[in-house]
Amino acid sequence: MKLPSFWGGIHPPQKKDATVNKKIEKYLPKGDLVFPMAQSLGAPCQPVVKKGDRVLVGQKLGDSEAFVSAPVLSSVSGTVKDIALRLTSAGIYENCVIVENDGLYEKDPSWAPLDNYPEADPKEYLKRIREAGIVGFGGATFPTVVKLSPPPDKVIKWLIVNGVECEPYINCDNRLMLEEPEKILEGLRLMLRLFPEAEGVIGIENNKPEAIKTMESEVSKQGDNKISVVPLAVKYPQGAEKMLIEAVTKQEYVMTALPADVGCIILNVRTVHQIREAIAAGEPAISRIITVTGEAVAEPKNIHVLLGTSMRELIDFCGGFREQPVKVISGGPMMGVSLRSIDIPVVKSTSGILALTASNSHLAPESACIRCGRCFEGCPMGLMPSVLNPLVLMRDYKAFEETGGMNCIECGACSYSCPANRHLTQSFRDGKSTIMAMRRKAAVK
Amino acid sequence: MTGMIYPAIIMGGLGLIFGALLAFASKKFHVETDPRQANIRAILPGANCGGCGYPGCDGFAEALANGTGKITGCAAGGSALADSIAAILGVQAEKDEPKIAFLKCKGSNDKTVKNCVYYGEYDCRAAAVVPGKGPTSCAFGCMGLGTCVSVCAFHAMTIKNGLAVVDAEKCVGCGACVENCPRDVLVLVPRKSKVNVSCNSPLKGPDVKRVCSVGCIGCTLCAKSCPVQAIEMKGALAVIDPAKCINCGICVTKCPTKSITDRRTNEEKAVSAVKETISV
Repeated sequence: MKLPSFWGGIHPPQKKDATVNKKIEKYLPKGDLVFPMAQSLGAPCQPVVKKGDRVLVGQKLGDSEAFVSAPVLSSVSGTVKDIALRLTSAGIYENCVIVENDGLYEKDPSWAPLDNYPEADPKEYLKRIREAGIVGFGGATFPTVVKLSPPPDKVIKWLIVNGVECEPYINCDNRLMLEEPEKILEGLRLMLRLFPEAEGVIGIENNKPEAIKTMESEVSKQGDNKISVVPLAVKYPQGAEKMLIEAVTKQEYVMTALPADVGCIILNVRTVHQIREAIAAGEPAISRIITVTGEAVAEPKNIHVLLGTSMRELIDFCGGFREQPVKVISGGPMMGVSLRSIDIPVVKSTSGILALTASNSHLAPESACIRCGRCFEGCPMGLMPSVLNPLVLMRDYKAFEETGGMNCIECGACSYSCPANRHLTQSFRDGKSTIMAMRRKAAVK
Repeated sequence: MTGMIYPAIIMGGLGLIFGALLAFASKKFHVETDPRQANIRAILPGANCGGCGYPGCDGFAEALANGTGKITGCAAGGSALADSIAAILGVQAEKDEPKIAFLKCKGSNDKTVKNCVYYGEYDCRAAAVVPGKGPTSCAFGCMGLGTCVSVCAFHAMTIKNGLAVVDAEKCVGCGACVENCPRDVLVLVPRKSKVNVSCNSPLKGPDVKRVCSVGCIGCTLCAKSCPVQAIEMKGALAVIDPAKCINCGICVTKCPTKSITDRRTNEEKAVSAVKETISV
């Protein structure tokens, strides 16, 4: 039987074998913890603690008044050592709160399970999700409470749990589904109380048969007919919001619409898991599961790690480097960001640390477009990358917008499929950000 | 013989009819064009740099003729051109100060830390969207990938040792480079302002020192030593107000990181030194 998927897309090598059978290990930090104040999409937080303050696990370090924002919480107990600029995975020096760990892990007493949570008012859930600083753990770090508060005129028909994990190398969501399926399902059921008309769908790619089996048996064990597991064909970028909607609901997606416009809300498995932890166990978003892998890492692992831990500690925990890496990436190889140093804290968006050797991160020089059209076939948004690319290079922003360039989701499928190694995705990012900057300037005027 | 008369009459008649039609149409559908527009277009430099904000010199000439354009809008032509335009339009030209592009950065390849190898597209605007906002470790300084070189219609920009260099003789102050610089490290300054701070980083001293040896560390020595209070500290960055600055060059000698550029000629330096001794 042909499994559902979306139009376009590419098939990069999976390379998930190194960590697919590795149990999630817990790691406790040794050094100081660094908490960047900008960890979610939207407004960055302002520190609410001072140098020298004692903080507890789950205590707020930074918050913002803005609606689209999520607070940053401390993952350890200890003293605030400094508030200073530190290099983050964004590659720039950002405002960070640095906490010296006292190793006691004394918890903030305000974090307890929600009273009688299965019957509580769903509004309480939303409050909890905001206070717990939960964001989309898939990588985009969009504040979850904003996602769960669609405009009242939109009817939500599908609550989709994203267990696709289409990025090569990364296995953290896969392992979570294998090890704690009951918590994911409980989280999903709690969220379904917010949207009584919705059905819960868990989308998993077919390259994770164990995870599909585990989730399906868990669903049938609990006998819930509102929740179903949908196996999907293996294709990148299926984990992208728009592609997953197309694959799961089998409706063609309007490029400019938001998921709520077509009655969908999409949450990553780890996000649903974290929601359950915050409501049922009183555990705020202070940790995440990451995959430390790549050919240069001696002993690849899946690690449950406290946010703010230095990546260097995690690589040491994995036995250090087998050979000198030439490229270290935060996230997966397709959409991750290259790092300038490994003395960088783990943040909410870090889904993996990938260390590549010279042989598998080779980049050939750019050459001229040969009009083969592979980028047309690969683009999941139905754009024409080889037409858009020269428009950016010629700085014809008007034509770029008219040809649909602003709909690019920057998945990298075009750059991956280009035999001439053209910097397609980079040029679209450039075009999009320049146009956005021009719009902002015009709005100010 | 008669065979030729009729065709001649028909052709001649048709010619007369169409001639009359054309004459009528040219009167009826006449478009009023401002003759001044063509005159102005003829004296504009014709580089189509876009510095005036209109689509090329034609667009600017049209805007001038219908009264929406600013007479001093063409930086390339300078005040001489503004005077001729004013003469054509029959108005008085207000004087605009001649300007020059200035790079607020001294962090050349040997003075800054470059902590990644950049493989991407060779253009600052494209490099500004990769993580870390470009290959330099300072997020505010010049990347040296040459976007300003490619947009300058007057060939006034070059890249030397990882920094954009402005050729003062060729630069007309059109501002095309300033417009396209993703880091806003190029600015327009009045030509007569000769002493400027060559740093764009608002970070505090230690954070600047970590990545660059010639950046402004915000020590305030220049602001304190300025005899006319022309230097203001904006956060940890010194900013010289060209309207107040007298180009005395005292701040240049005080600056511990040598991040203030002195573009005075030796004569100008001598003159201000003499003035200083007299005042002392």
